[in-house]
Amino acid sequence: MLTHTGSVQPAEGVFSATWLLILLPLVSAAVLLLGGRRLDRAAPIIGTIMPAASFVYALVLFITMVGRDAEARAFSLPLWDWFAVGGYEVSVGLQLDQLSMAFVLLITGVGSVIHLYSIGYMAEDDRQGRFFGYLNLFVAAMLLLVLADDFLILYVGWEGVGLASYLLIGFWQHKDSAAVAAKKAFVVNRVGDAGMSLAIMSMFVVFGTTAFAGVFPAAAEASEGWLIAIGLLLLLGACGKSAQFPLQSWLLDAMEGPTPVSALIHAATMVTAGVYLIVRAADIYDLAPAAQTAVVIVGAITLLMGAIIGTAKDDIKKALAGSTMSQIGYMMLAAGLGPAGYAFAIFHLLTHGFFKANLFLGAGSVMHGMNDEANMRRYGALRAAMPATFITFAAGYLAIIGVPPFAGFFSKDRIIEAAFGENFLYGFAALLGAGITAFYMTRVMLMTFAGRKRWAEDAHPHESPSVMTIPLWILAALSVVGGLALLYIGGGIVDWLEPVTGEEHHELPIPAVALTGIIIAVVALGIATAWLVFGRQPVPATAPAGSFVTVAARKDLYGDAVNEAVFMRPGQYLTRSLVYAENKGLDGAVGGIAAAFGGLSARMRRIQTGFVRSYALSMLAGAAVVVVAMLLVRLP
Amino acid sequence: MSFPWLTTLIALPALGAVLTALVPEGMERVAKRLALGASLVTAALAITAGIAFASDDAAVQFTEQYTWIEAFGVHWALGADGIRITMIVLTAVITPIVLLAMWREAEPEGRRPKPYFALLLLLEAMVIGAFAAQDLLLFYILFEAMLIPMYFLIGMYGGPKRQYAAVKFLLYNLLGGLIMLAAVIGIYVEAVQAGEGTFLLSDLIALDIAPETQRWLFLGFMFAFAIKAPLWPFHTWLPDAAAEATPSNAAYLSGIVDKVGTFGMIALCLPLFPAAVQELAPAIVVLAVISILYGALLAIGQTDIKRLIAYTSISHFGFIVLGIFALTSQAGTGATLYMVNHALATVALFAVAGFMISRRGSRLWSDYGGVQKPAPVLSGSLLFFGLAGLALPGLGTFVSEFMVLVGTFSRYRAAAVFATVGIILAALYILLLYQRTMTGPARAETASFPDLRRRERVIVAPLAAAILAIGFFPKPLIDVIDDGVQPILSEVGEADPTPLLEGGSE
Repeated sequence: MLTHTGSVQPAEGVFSATWLLILLPLVSAAVLLLGGRRLDRAAPIIGTIMPAASFVYALVLFITMVGRDAEARAFSLPLWDWFAVGGYEVSVGLQLDQLSMAFVLLITGVGSVIHLYSIGYMAEDDRQGRFFGYLNLFVAAMLLLVLADDFLILYVGWEGVGLASYLLIGFWQHKDSAAVAAKKAFVVNRVGDAGMSLAIMSMFVVFGTTAFAGVFPAAAEASEGWLIAIGLLLLLGACGKSAQFPLQSWLLDAMEGPTPVSALIHAATMVTAGVYLIVRAADIYDLAPAAQTAVVIVGAITLLMGAIIGTAKDDIKKALAGSTMSQIGYMMLAAGLGPAGYAFAIFHLLTHGFFKANLFLGAGSVMHGMNDEANMRRYGALRAAMPATFITFAAGYLAIIGVPPFAGFFSKDRIIEAAFGENFLYGFAALLGAGITAFYMTRVMLMTFAGRKRWAEDAHPHESPSVMTIPLWILAALSVVGGLALLYIGGGIVDWLEPVTGEEHHELPIPAVALTGIIIAVVALGIATAWLVFGRQPVPATAPAGSFVTVAARKDLYGDAVNEAVFMRPGQYLTRSLVYAENKGLDGAVGGIAAAFGGLSARMRRIQTGFVRSYALSMLAGAAVVVVAMLLVRLP
Repeated sequence: MSFPWLTTLIALPALGAVLTALVPEGMERVAKRLALGASLVTAALAITAGIAFASDDAAVQFTEQYTWIEAFGVHWALGADGIRITMIVLTAVITPIVLLAMWREAEPEGRRPKPYFALLLLLEAMVIGAFAAQDLLLFYILFEAMLIPMYFLIGMYGGPKRQYAAVKFLLYNLLGGLIMLAAVIGIYVEAVQAGEGTFLLSDLIALDIAPETQRWLFLGFMFAFAIKAPLWPFHTWLPDAAAEATPSNAAYLSGIVDKVGTFGMIALCLPLFPAAVQELAPAIVVLAVISILYGALLAIGQTDIKRLIAYTSISHFGFIVLGIFALTSQAGTGATLYMVNHALATVALFAVAGFMISRRGSRLWSDYGGVQKPAPVLSGSLLFFGLAGLALPGLGTFVSEFMVLVGTFSRYRAAAVFATVGIILAALYILLLYQRTMTGPARAETASFPDLRRRERVIVAPLAAAILAIGFFPKPLIDVIDDGVQPILSEVGEADPTPLLEGGSE
């Protein structure tokens, strides 16, 4: 039996301070949030240097790790005992292995770049300390999530990123829409988290522990029923955090947050936590095929849903948010394929981290130059006004639709191949998604940068300052070469992850080259269709009525409508009737019993108006009753 | 003879109450400072006692025993185990914080602050006494007597409907006490029949009572405790009392005084009536789960901020009772830790609600909105303690809630699953409260809200620090509590379920 966490050794040397990765951003978060307005001016500097320092340390760790044998790259670092009651012992500890290393580099690397960009993007905001404090809090929580060595500690990071996400979506909470979106995100995530906590409770019941080191090696001995239950409950958690069907509805609203937040949290890192969770729990899923199938189905549904939603959104950030759902759907699908897909899920997660951060920051740069206008129908012809933004956005665009040799091509191609290797239907869903992706991203590209001006009267588009364009260039470079580099440098990502995720290859019915050709043809078809609709003819400044598919997609495929009809309205009705019944019924009934107690109530109220003496007297009378009762007891 | 820690901890606040009451009229500032001073000395002494307790391995410490009424075997008997010392230190630490929050509350409408402060100290003495009592009649007398100061605190200093709320509070609790008195007498009869009339807990626990009798006696005790800690459907007095009492008194009532009820369940009901507990635990687990969900749903539907917090407490008391009657180590220890965390978070929430109400003069959330702009520290405090209320990991409340859930899940799976739904509802009621009062555009009435003043910051800071400390480093406290819970569970005779892979059964 394959065990994915075979050789974890005690941390030594440079690895023994792995906690520093988390502590650095956590300290700056605490300083910035407790420091108040005094630190507003210094906040961007402090808030950017600390995660950058984490990144530098992560690079040192990575280089040291590369220099070691593949079997000797996983470390555990116990920190302190959290609690121990009746055989349930939880200690706070970290585990740094190849999988968490990849995440640490993504979180601190892309995270630092986005912090840098925020210095420019948030320059006008008067609450810099709070913004950078929240961002740092997010980075610390996310690092804890991927470094934890116990599911319960992971859960602390898991809800920690949920909190940071809540705070940042609602950063402009003077807007009602932002406050509502933030609450929605937290509550929907809590539904997932409830699943996650039940999964952790189940692990305790089955294994007597929730530590990776206790759960994974013993998974093979557990009954399949429990493993499937745990797998499905973890999947529920993953659906919440990664905005997968049926818990996807919060992500589109989350675009109320400042754009760097959308790039960092709601595209590059936090929303991929669900994928991390499933790959991390590989030992459980490998033994629970039914749960794996559920993961694949959730991924396939979401990748199509997100893509379809993306085709109809006029708000550039919402189009990208639909795309994020869709791309994470690809990762989930791959993760559900087991060892044949784990590495590709992470591969796509990393390339997506590059190009989606790139695209979001590019969108932010466009909005920055267009008075915060997000409606693409008010854009057009921005190519000339924002050349740097255009070129870098184009790199992200080519990467996401999967044009060779851009980053997304390699990772998406591998996932589609793996999906076909498993089952034609999975492969077809992934292939179809690639075509729709090409369509909606070309639409975004054309509506924003090509065609005629449809600007508002007072719009004077201009290129963003270099503190914002430098991050764009860095991410664009990664969007161009990231896929090739990850696939081929050294042994590539697949070999790197192999000790954690295992490896398996399914034979394809047709040669891989032929499949690649088909994928490229489908992508080309998507591009061509978008060009026919949005490139060849002018884009109307107000949205046309559209077909029923377009209307459904604009309404997020009725996700909110379903939630409202099934949960919200019945819930409100239930709450209202309970409040009514409580005030009228239950309270009245019990009150009646009290009143029946010899009109005590009325008498008490009369005493109420009296003096302290009468109370003292009544208590004395009560005491007398006690004594008399006791004397009676003594009699026999 | 060793130092009488517990008698001193009862005498100090009682003495403080008397001295405060004796301060001449017109010297209100002196009276307030005297009361605060007395509570601070008590707190310092309690913390010292707590440290002394933790550094000694003995399960029960600081025992004192003097014969009180020899004819009936009544003793002034005190002693502390892990649960009792935790509750005593908690009470002693919370009291000065609540006194500080009471500082200006009595002043409107020309009410006299002197009795206000004296009564709270008296209440503290009685609560500490009830936690420390090792004699059942002593416990009962204090349990009943604490109704008096609480009744006056609500009835004299509360809101417009304070008289109604105070009488309702008193009637419910007197009724509970009456039934419990019958059970107290009943257990005494058992003791007499067994050979010696005594109220000493250690003797009563050793009694071998017939299961049939145990059932009735248990129900008698449980009835009183279920009213005090309010468990559905005996809860309806709490929202009225909490809404009408001053915010600080509401905080002390649901944060500290009501804990005597849950304390009574775990420290008295479990060891005294093991057979009845084993038999009836499933029924109480059901009531607890109903409380969790019902309290949460009712909280979502409230328009009055203080009533809302009161209903969240009903939901949280459901978690505590669930943990107690799941009869596992994790759940029992978690439930006791929950009492501590709930006190910290609820006292803080009521205090912050009080800060808001003192600025706006309204208890309805619809009168607020956009407060985060003029008063970021105030709104940040509401959010922080709200997050503690919804048991965010990293805060102390999470540790206790998860321990209750995991301990319950190992014995009652369905109950734990339903209770877990409570964590979703908790997110709703907290974030709705925050959204409605703090976010959105600033309003004319709230635009000039002053942010937290120095006294108000001194009130919230230690509570926040304690919640964070327990969140990250709960082990020392949990070890103390666990040492108190283990003997009780072995008295009941329920062993923890074994993990399935170690041979446990489904």
